[in-house]
Amino acid sequence: MSVRFYQVGSFAVGNRLVNRSDRTVQSDAERANSLTSGHRACQGCGEALGARYALDAAMRATGGQMVAVNATGCLEVFSTPYPETSWQIAWFHSLFGNAPAVATGVAAALRVKGRSETRVIGQAGDGGTVDIGFGCLSGMFERNDDVLFICYDNEAYMNTGVQRSGATPPAARTATTEAVGPQPGNSFGQGKNMPELAMAHGIPYVATATVADLHDLEDKVTRAMELHGARYIHILVTCPLGWGSAPGDTVKVARLATQTGLFPVFEAEHGEVVRASPIRRPAPVEEYLRLQGRYAHLFDAAGNPARPDIIAALQAMADRNIARYGLLETEAVAP
Amino acid sequence: MLRQIEGSRAVAQTVALCRPEVVCAYPISPQTHIIEALGEMVKKGELSPCEFINVESEFAAMSVAIGASAAGARAFTATASQGLLFMMEAVYNAGGLGLPIVMTLANRAVGAPINIWNDHSDAMAARDAGWVQLFAETIQESADLHIQAFRLAEELSVPVMVCMDGFILTHATEQVDLPSQALVDSFLPPYEPRQVLDPAEPYSIGAMVGPEAFEEVRYLAHARQLTALGRIGELGAEFAETFGRDSGGLVHPYRSADADVIVVAMGSVLGTIKDVVDEQRDAGLRIGALGITSFRPFPIDAVRSALGSARHVVVLEKAFSVGFGGVLSTDVAMALSGLPVSVSTVVAGLGGRPITKVSLRGVFEAALRGESERLTFLDLNVALVERELERMALQRRSGPTAENMLRDLGVVASRIG
Amino acid sequence: MEKPFAITLEVGSSLANKTGSWRVERPVYVDRLPPCNNACPAGENIQQWLYLAEDGSYEAAWRQIMRDNPLPAVMGRACFHPCQTACNRAAVDETVGINAIERFLGDRALQEGWSPDPPGPSTGKRVLVVGSGPGGLSAAYHLRLLGHAVVVFESSPLPGGMMRYGIPSYRLPRDVVASEIARIASMGVEIVCDRTVDDLAQAMEDGRFDAAFLAVGAQRGKHADIPAGDSARILDAVTLLHETEDSEPPVLGRRVVIYGGGDTAMDAARTARRLGAEDAVVVYRRTRERMPANVDEVQDAVDEGVRLKWLSTIVGQAGEVLTIERMELDDDGFPQPTGEIEELHADSVVLALGQEADLSLLGGTPEITVDGGVVPVGADMMTARPGVFAGGDIVEGSRTLTEAIGHGKRAARAIDAWLAGRRLDRPARHELATTEHLNTWYYADAPHSVRPHLEVARRTSTFDEVVGGLDETTALFEARRCMSCGNCFQCDNCFGVCPDNAVMKVEEAHGYRFDYDFCKGCGLCVQECPCGAIEMVPEEI
Repeated sequence: MSVRFYQVGSFAVGNRLVNRSDRTVQSDAERANSLTSGHRACQGCGEALGARYALDAAMRATGGQMVAVNATGCLEVFSTPYPETSWQIAWFHSLFGNAPAVATGVAAALRVKGRSETRVIGQAGDGGTVDIGFGCLSGMFERNDDVLFICYDNEAYMNTGVQRSGATPPAARTATTEAVGPQPGNSFGQGKNMPELAMAHGIPYVATATVADLHDLEDKVTRAMELHGARYIHILVTCPLGWGSAPGDTVKVARLATQTGLFPVFEAEHGEVVRASPIRRPAPVEEYLRLQGRYAHLFDAAGNPARPDIIAALQAMADRNIARYGLLETEAVAP
Repeated sequence: MLRQIEGSRAVAQTVALCRPEVVCAYPISPQTHIIEALGEMVKKGELSPCEFINVESEFAAMSVAIGASAAGARAFTATASQGLLFMMEAVYNAGGLGLPIVMTLANRAVGAPINIWNDHSDAMAARDAGWVQLFAETIQESADLHIQAFRLAEELSVPVMVCMDGFILTHATEQVDLPSQALVDSFLPPYEPRQVLDPAEPYSIGAMVGPEAFEEVRYLAHARQLTALGRIGELGAEFAETFGRDSGGLVHPYRSADADVIVVAMGSVLGTIKDVVDEQRDAGLRIGALGITSFRPFPIDAVRSALGSARHVVVLEKAFSVGFGGVLSTDVAMALSGLPVSVSTVVAGLGGRPITKVSLRGVFEAALRGESERLTFLDLNVALVERELERMALQRRSGPTAENMLRDLGVVASRIG
Repeated sequence: MEKPFAITLEVGSSLANKTGSWRVERPVYVDRLPPCNNACPAGENIQQWLYLAEDGSYEAAWRQIMRDNPLPAVMGRACFHPCQTACNRAAVDETVGINAIERFLGDRALQEGWSPDPPGPSTGKRVLVVGSGPGGLSAAYHLRLLGHAVVVFESSPLPGGMMRYGIPSYRLPRDVVASEIARIASMGVEIVCDRTVDDLAQAMEDGRFDAAFLAVGAQRGKHADIPAGDSARILDAVTLLHETEDSEPPVLGRRVVIYGGGDTAMDAARTARRLGAEDAVVVYRRTRERMPANVDEVQDAVDEGVRLKWLSTIVGQAGEVLTIERMELDDDGFPQPTGEIEELHADSVVLALGQEADLSLLGGTPEITVDGGVVPVGADMMTARPGVFAGGDIVEGSRTLTEAIGHGKRAARAIDAWLAGRRLDRPARHELATTEHLNTWYYADAPHSVRPHLEVARRTSTFDEVVGGLDETTALFEARRCMSCGNCFQCDNCFGVCPDNAVMKVEEAHGYRFDYDFCKGCGLCVQECPCGAIEMVPEEI
């Protein structure tokens, strides 16, 4: 019976029992630290974590041959206030809505100079991807430019004070969808499923990931860097400030987003879903909602559901995702 | 080599000789022929190595140029009017970052109301963005300025827009001297970036700068443009030496040395103005003209010295600042401050209205008589506007102004409801 | 060319911004006490030897066990594994099969012939150990390691005490017992059999012993008052087991009743079955849940066909016929007679009502008084007489092999300190690592295909030794299920999960250090540490 079993091997960052080559990039003391200490992100910032995770994996996959183009937003602001930058990679910031187009330009320049082995990453928050950046992103997808675009989705315009974006989920409180009135928080609309929109462009690779599953995130970035053409990765990143969660809960909250089914984790190629990560420890959406102040209005002072109708609607959304992506069909187990 | 060629194509050919590495553009009249020509050259392999990218908006066009330039490539795009406004955030961004992008601005009016014909209102909207703005008088100069533009931009790390009157210059066919590749190469070396995205030597470009250093950064942009003031003249002279003709430079005086009245203008209208000046000089009138080629940086000293001895200056411009008056004339008046020279503004040619010699004669003669009004709208249909103003005063829901006036003019026959 | 002022920034410039100043609390690495370690009566550092076994360092793991317990192969079969009962893994799926892994390591040591650590330099002191059961052997081993000369007097013909004469051989093969005892003897411990100590003080004087450890055990079965007629065949369980081992097993007949509910009763019942009893019935006055016997022992007995008759007492016997009275539990949980009588036929009755110690050897040491059948001792296992220590079944305790081993170790160290005129300082215990401290998400699930194999690991062997033991793959697999509660096992989570890069890998200690220059005190490391080895403490402002 040859069973490989590594105690925490495929879930934790590293493990002395696992071959170094099977450990995450993050476990390596020589990791690139694309985003290093001294940045001004809030305590427990999920975006800072997600950015380092993704870019370090990309640095490893490309042997350090990459440049990053960053849209305006939290990530850009907390990392490059004059006179300090916490980026250790070649990095460029232009505007809020043009990161995909600027990345296209960088890729074109590298190509024309015969340096296509230097790869290009464009990155933005949900605002810069789903709203103001959408036109440029769609253009980049349509041209199949050789850019990996990463969206760090914290589900609102956080840097400007937590205002609603096209990615804000229903019922969530933001400064422009306050938790007041008969329909507190963000309205229930059709949503704007950015990964599906990316898939609709038929680009070579689309994936979703979170900061709660490092192995999965690194695998996806690595996979993306093996391919050429337009690629898109959508990473859910907890924002303790905007979501009203405890700073230490950042990974836990993101994990619950996946385990409830609210945030499905999957990969698609050329418009077809090819793989979905099964839910390992199913949880009801309530467990996820309770950890966040932006959903506090759904519960009363004693902690009982005050708006069971809204909670049920959110649960229905989660259930639909589970059905749609088959998240409970296979046993999720890993050594 | 002399060619009978449409203005747009002459520009395209010349830009191609400048070895651009990334060309990106979004179609808008009247720049389309420039970009189409370049696209064809790239596709055929005549312009190589070069990446030609069809983008999804003007904002994307300038953004792609920004990215390409930041990665060390020579980048070019072209736009006009609405397109320039759509990319305005990126225009300021390129100016602030000091990226040596060269852009052709095929001057066109800015709506509303939508209008595809020539005036200078688009260029005026980008006046403060930190770009060098050069106005070409002729098709030849339009082409030549691009060569100088790349050289100037890359030397000083400042973006340059070459303004050429839409349709008037872009769509006219003339004899143009297109230089050889070798000649252009001798004038324009390969692009050496001041800062470049390179994993081998990483740094962060595009930081957030707060109150403690912002003024300094902006001052440095200003200082670069002041340096450009010197270089533009020098490059014009060097160009003349290399290519054998005058193109560029800061200002071009015409029969203005002993003039009583000097007419100041930019762009193609200078041709008509010079014809009228010649007529009036033949009639013994002391009138001259001054063409301003470099609008930004504004050549204050050169303008002052060229106009300082006249009695009166008429600034004829194809744009105006709504609620105030002239834009160029304000700059000219500033250059002449303290001198006993009066300045009047004539706003002409808006939305492509032809500027006729008859109208110009009237303006110049009034100036020579000392009867210039502070602000004149050339050939304005006064009765038409007075009728509309009356209508607006009587009824709250007086209807769309443009449509009302067009109906009055008989352009629109029907009325529904 | 000079790079543009302020717009362009150099790599590393953010390190000037010491974000550590934001903190109101800081993370610190802690060691918490794993519940297995806490529960082990022998004081084994279970987490540590599992840690060593996990990467295949079996000898290192075995040596870690041997620091506390010299009889792992025995204990891997006979211990009632309170460590497993306490194991936090039960909250995730099943407890870790610690006992079976200990057995695997103990057996491997015997196979490979690993020698124990050599004794320390000779102290010139002589210590007498009375009784070669687990308590006595443990004390002898530890004393020898500390460099003392040790002599063990054993009254039976063979050493081992309850390991040989109390626990049946199908549970604890004799060759295993013999090998592990021989290994202790090979260290220079002198074991003298067939030597009963009648007078401790005299024996100490005669042998010039500087100290003594008493571990004579409770070898006498208690008797109950059962009015019996003649031809009643009544014997006690201890005798039954002893005779089965020693000489010829007694003839019990076809139908055997065992009276009592402890481990000895189970052993007796199962022995009776092996001796040919077709019907072995355990009669116990309370319920199955309240039987003091280990649940695994009870299950094993039931699996072997032993019947359980609870809420019953024997009130009389006439030849083959036993009179049984049915009991009922009152509100306080005590059995009360109901007056309902029934009859049970039995060829013999085995009494397993508890054991008593034979403490006649204390005649010459009157300061040592026996209280309720046990010898009173202090926390250092010393009796009222200086230099005389006691442990195992003769002192207050759980009366298990493991506890005896623990007593032996504690006593040896106390004797060592006493002989040197030192105080024995026992270090303070760390905070217990509970499930609240753990983040169990990270522990890998054992695939279903493997689970049946693992089930075996958690049960002590029954009949067949070979099937019951773990092979290396399953032992390794099982060891790796350990969550290392409260002790860092280098999973790199803290190193990876800090958004501020404020954890450094270092060569010292457990391998990590916090960079307090940049740590913002968010607490993600604490939350995501699988084993609870980090805690937040308030910052001094």
